[in-house]
Amino acid sequence: MNKVVLGADQAISDIEDGAVIMLGGFGLCGIPENCIAALVRKKVKHLTCISNNAGVDDFGIGLMLQQRQVKKMISSYVGENAEFERQLLSGELEVELIPQGTLATRCLAAGYGMPAIYTPAGVGTEVAAGKEVRTFNGKEFLMEMAFNADFAIVKAWRGDTQGNLIFRATSRNFNPLMAMAGKLTIAEVEELVPVGELDPDHIHTPGIYVHRIFKGSNYEKRIEQRTTRIR
Amino acid sequence: MGMTKEQIAQRIARELRDGYYVNLGIGIPTLVANYIPSGMSVVLQSENGLLGMGPFPFDGEEDADLINAGKQTITTLPGSVFFDSAMSFGMIRAGKVDLTVLGAMEVSQDGDIANWKIPGKMVKGMGGAMDLVASARNIIVAMMHTNPKGESKLLPACQLPLTGIRCVKRIVSDLAVLDVHDGVFHLLERAPGVSVDYIKERTAGTLVVQGEIPEIIF
Repeated sequence: MNKVVLGADQAISDIEDGAVIMLGGFGLCGIPENCIAALVRKKVKHLTCISNNAGVDDFGIGLMLQQRQVKKMISSYVGENAEFERQLLSGELEVELIPQGTLATRCLAAGYGMPAIYTPAGVGTEVAAGKEVRTFNGKEFLMEMAFNADFAIVKAWRGDTQGNLIFRATSRNFNPLMAMAGKLTIAEVEELVPVGELDPDHIHTPGIYVHRIFKGSNYEKRIEQRTTRIR
Repeated sequence: MGMTKEQIAQRIARELRDGYYVNLGIGIPTLVANYIPSGMSVVLQSENGLLGMGPFPFDGEEDADLINAGKQTITTLPGSVFFDSAMSFGMIRAGKVDLTVLGAMEVSQDGDIANWKIPGKMVKGMGGAMDLVASARNIIVAMMHTNPKGESKLLPACQLPLTGIRCVKRIVSDLAVLDVHDGVFHLLERAPGVSVDYIKERTAGTLVVQGEIPEIIF
């Protein structure tokens, strides 16, 4: 078993035009910076990106939007990105906005081998258009389908050569869910360790869900809202 | 005339109870954290994957991996725990969060809320708001009673795309505290110096006023 690849360019080498890809992260926290940079270098186009947010103008998925590489975004919140808004209002970019919990749970369903979930989020709103509504115990729920993505790209704090992953603080967010949900999952990690170094009790994502792993480099970890207090 | 944003937050903080798990939305709701009564144990949930949200870090101690749902740098507290986004919304959907406080552009007298989209103008998205309003057992809306043009945001029916239906239980606006049930707004309290008539004039939905309406005291 060899899951370890040299770097981001090798990890994403078979992502072709028109692929459906999931990208972990919440805002700019826990995004796969190295793989996004490699996708920009590869100039792959017409991508459908499933990600909670769309980055900012000059970082994260925003870098791919600048190069017009994204055909469709599936996200819950896309504020803080002027280029995104421009492409959306001009009709260049297709966008499907879905509730954040629905986004997370559609990933979970894919990773758990379940075709669909029922959630109350969006009942009675435009999100419900065209969806099956079922009533359980007197309350209405929407049926939402599990995601079906070609690739999932996630960022973890530590990983081992078998693809077992540990995340750090709130950079966990969607990463373990998307890792489970991709048909082929790529993980970039800050620290790559030999098998046996991670405590089995502390692993968040079992390596069975991860197909390729590499040690990322030069993490910028940009902060969107730097808020502090006086000592 | 009316309460400041800080006073709205201060009034909402009086709804907190010891042991509550609370989700605070972005904007005025975030300020509620500054008014948790001392000695009361309230655990703040941040839907990006944290229970036990602490204050902002000291200058120079920011951690890019540790943010809240508003993408602000924050800290943890003793007892804090991290989890993924599915578990975060799992605990919300399962009704484990005792109180949700969020902002609104419009609320209807049926308890419908609109706060995520202005067609043709604003396309930011709903984030976690639709999940929160569909599942929370107790929702308080913090909002301005009127828009900058002076038009009421408490309406017979929402005009903007809905975030959720029949979910808002209580509103704390800059002018009043109101409950929403049985298809009407019920006036409970007045902001300092604000008359019942002033609130009536600025409430487009049906407003029920029963008996003497006390003034909020700070």
